[in-house]
Amino acid sequence: MISAATDTLVPRVPVGDWIETAIDWVTDTFDPLFDAIKTFFESIYDSLDWVLSTPPFFVVAIVLAAIAFWAKGWKLAVGSLVGFVLIAAMDQWDNAMDSLALVLLASVVALLIGIPLGIWSARNEHVSRIVRPILDFMQTMPAFVYLIPTVVIFLTGPVPGIIATIVFALAPGVRFTELGIRQVDSEVVEAGRAFGSTDRRILRQIQIPLAMPTIMAGVNQVIMLALSMVVISGMVGAGGLGGDVVGALSSVDIALGFEAGLAVVFLAIYLDRVTSALADRSPVAKALKAAR
Amino acid sequence: MTGDSSTTTTPAETTAVTPAVSVRGVYKVFGPKPGEAVRRLEAGASRDEVKSLGTAAVIDATFDVAPGEIFVVMGLSGSGKSTLIRMLNGLWTPSAGDVLLGDANLATVDGKRLRELRRSRVSMVFQHFALLPHRTVLDNAAYPLEIQGVGKAERQEKAQQALDMVGLSGWQDSLPSQLSGGMRQRVGLARALAADTDVLLMDEAFSALDPLIRSEMQEQLLELQEKLGKTIIFITHDLNEAMHLGDRIAVMRDGRIVQIGTAEQILSDPANSYVEKFVADVDRSRVLTASSVMQRPRLTVPAGGGPRQAAREMREAEVSGAFAVDRRRVLKGLVRADDAVRATKEGVEKLEGLIDADVTSVHQDTPIAELFAPAAESAVPLAVVDDEGRLVGVVPRVTLLEAMAGEAVENGNVSTPEKTLQEAQLRPTDDEATGTTEGATA
Repeated sequence: MISAATDTLVPRVPVGDWIETAIDWVTDTFDPLFDAIKTFFESIYDSLDWVLSTPPFFVVAIVLAAIAFWAKGWKLAVGSLVGFVLIAAMDQWDNAMDSLALVLLASVVALLIGIPLGIWSARNEHVSRIVRPILDFMQTMPAFVYLIPTVVIFLTGPVPGIIATIVFALAPGVRFTELGIRQVDSEVVEAGRAFGSTDRRILRQIQIPLAMPTIMAGVNQVIMLALSMVVISGMVGAGGLGGDVVGALSSVDIALGFEAGLAVVFLAIYLDRVTSALADRSPVAKALKAAR
Repeated sequence: MTGDSSTTTTPAETTAVTPAVSVRGVYKVFGPKPGEAVRRLEAGASRDEVKSLGTAAVIDATFDVAPGEIFVVMGLSGSGKSTLIRMLNGLWTPSAGDVLLGDANLATVDGKRLRELRRSRVSMVFQHFALLPHRTVLDNAAYPLEIQGVGKAERQEKAQQALDMVGLSGWQDSLPSQLSGGMRQRVGLARALAADTDVLLMDEAFSALDPLIRSEMQEQLLELQEKLGKTIIFITHDLNEAMHLGDRIAVMRDGRIVQIGTAEQILSDPANSYVEKFVADVDRSRVLTASSVMQRPRLTVPAGGGPRQAAREMREAEVSGAFAVDRRRVLKGLVRADDAVRATKEGVEKLEGLIDADVTSVHQDTPIAELFAPAAESAVPLAVVDDEGRLVGVVPRVTLLEAMAGEAVENGNVSTPEKTLQEAQLRPTDDEATGTTEGATA
């Protein structure tokens, strides 16, 4: 903002200044609210982190492997266990658990907002028309940019990371839910109406179950995006694997960088395989599989 | 062809009771200005002229469906038939006009009452079955009852009964994806039957099925209908299906109903050139019945009379044989002139011993297609009888051939494989035909 606009034909429009002023105003005006949000997320994050970090590493690893076994089978369970042991062997276990807590919290919040919003968009053309460009904006804005206002509002620590991750990971949850519900065979929805079902019941008994495979694909995408944001939020002191990656970058520490990076990869594979296995376990997906 | 429409009365004509479904001047226009479009259509504008105001899917539809009737709405895709049927259970609201389901007007009821009506009065079978893939066959069939608030045990029992009715006993625990298309539609039918409504809407219900399964389903529907006596409104684009199932048929074109009538009325008296062209392809031999081609027997003799009288009457009528009937005109058999003359010479008093009971008789509602085999086997004309076995007419082979030849000429299409086959079956007996009762003068 030091130099004037190079092209003298176009006057300099200080969009950035306006946004800064707006955010300053928001920060000042809603300070108590933001404090409450910060406290809220901090306490949930701390308890989640406590659950994951307090027990010995092998207990948590076995529980996570058991979830993989339940979702998919013994191959994924063994694979995950090997991955977790490697993470621990690289001395990244605590960081990995911090990041996992952040990913889980951000994903759950993103889905709690995203799925209902997706349902609303699917049922209401006006909502859909308003929501779509906002999602485009959220998805294409460079992820780093979200960190700036969140840091201004929430200072450093895990909370700005969580908030930025929620915003960044929200879009696929909305989009996949809307798509899934719109894709439900209109004749089946008609059948529900023809037999006298209420709209709410059609949503619960027909639209959501039939859209579930697509919604679960959205859940998978949300978690993957959240994990990718975790590294970036290391820049604002969110800790975890991201903290080590950012630290390694600034000190050009190849060894640390790769160890933290590999831990992210293992975590990503685990979360991806488990959530896509969950998608296959939805009643509709199972019913369709039964035909083969 | 000696069409005799008086033998086929429709439920609508015979019943004076309130119609089960009554559609009065109904319009449906999709688009920005439906009201304005309806006003112009009412003033006589064509469908194309109101295009800028919206798409007129249904224009001025008026008809009544009597309780227990199968009413078929037939038309090509885009003719508005699917929109029309969806106004009969309020899936679409008419832009103008009234849809009366008993005493309720679906055009004006509120959402709550509409849902009640759908639960209690009208159910629907869909073209692509519209089953819930994650529910078992039994739970799919029980779905309407679940919505009606029926308890689990009771609804499963009723659903099972419906499944038994459509021949799906033993499949209740399967998933729809494990069933063939025909079986899936049986589930769709069982679901509609389980709802136990008087009115059943069937939207191209058999169109997605292959031809053999389709005709099987048609037969099953007719069988069920005989037992249940529902009011059925059946949508199809298949004229043969319409003719086979419908007590009455409404032909739709470009949103308008162009003709309503029985299959025979539409075939023999098409309202305009469109209907005429449409029905040109129909297989008449499956639609026209024995009663429409039969002739009055030239002579019948009383079974209780004597051979002398019979011989004289046959000589006067110049026939070589005659059907013997009792006082109520119940068919007893055939008496040949030779036998009667011989018996007279021998002094036999009673005709009874001369009656050949081994004659081929067909019911008056038998489609012509099913007359060929008996006609080929029988040396004498087929006797046509009514429900009580009374002789109502005869079908000489010549007449049958003329009926088919007439059709071939009308259609300008003599060489379809089916017809060639039928002709081939008949040809060897052509010569014999002149030797039968009616034709022989020798």
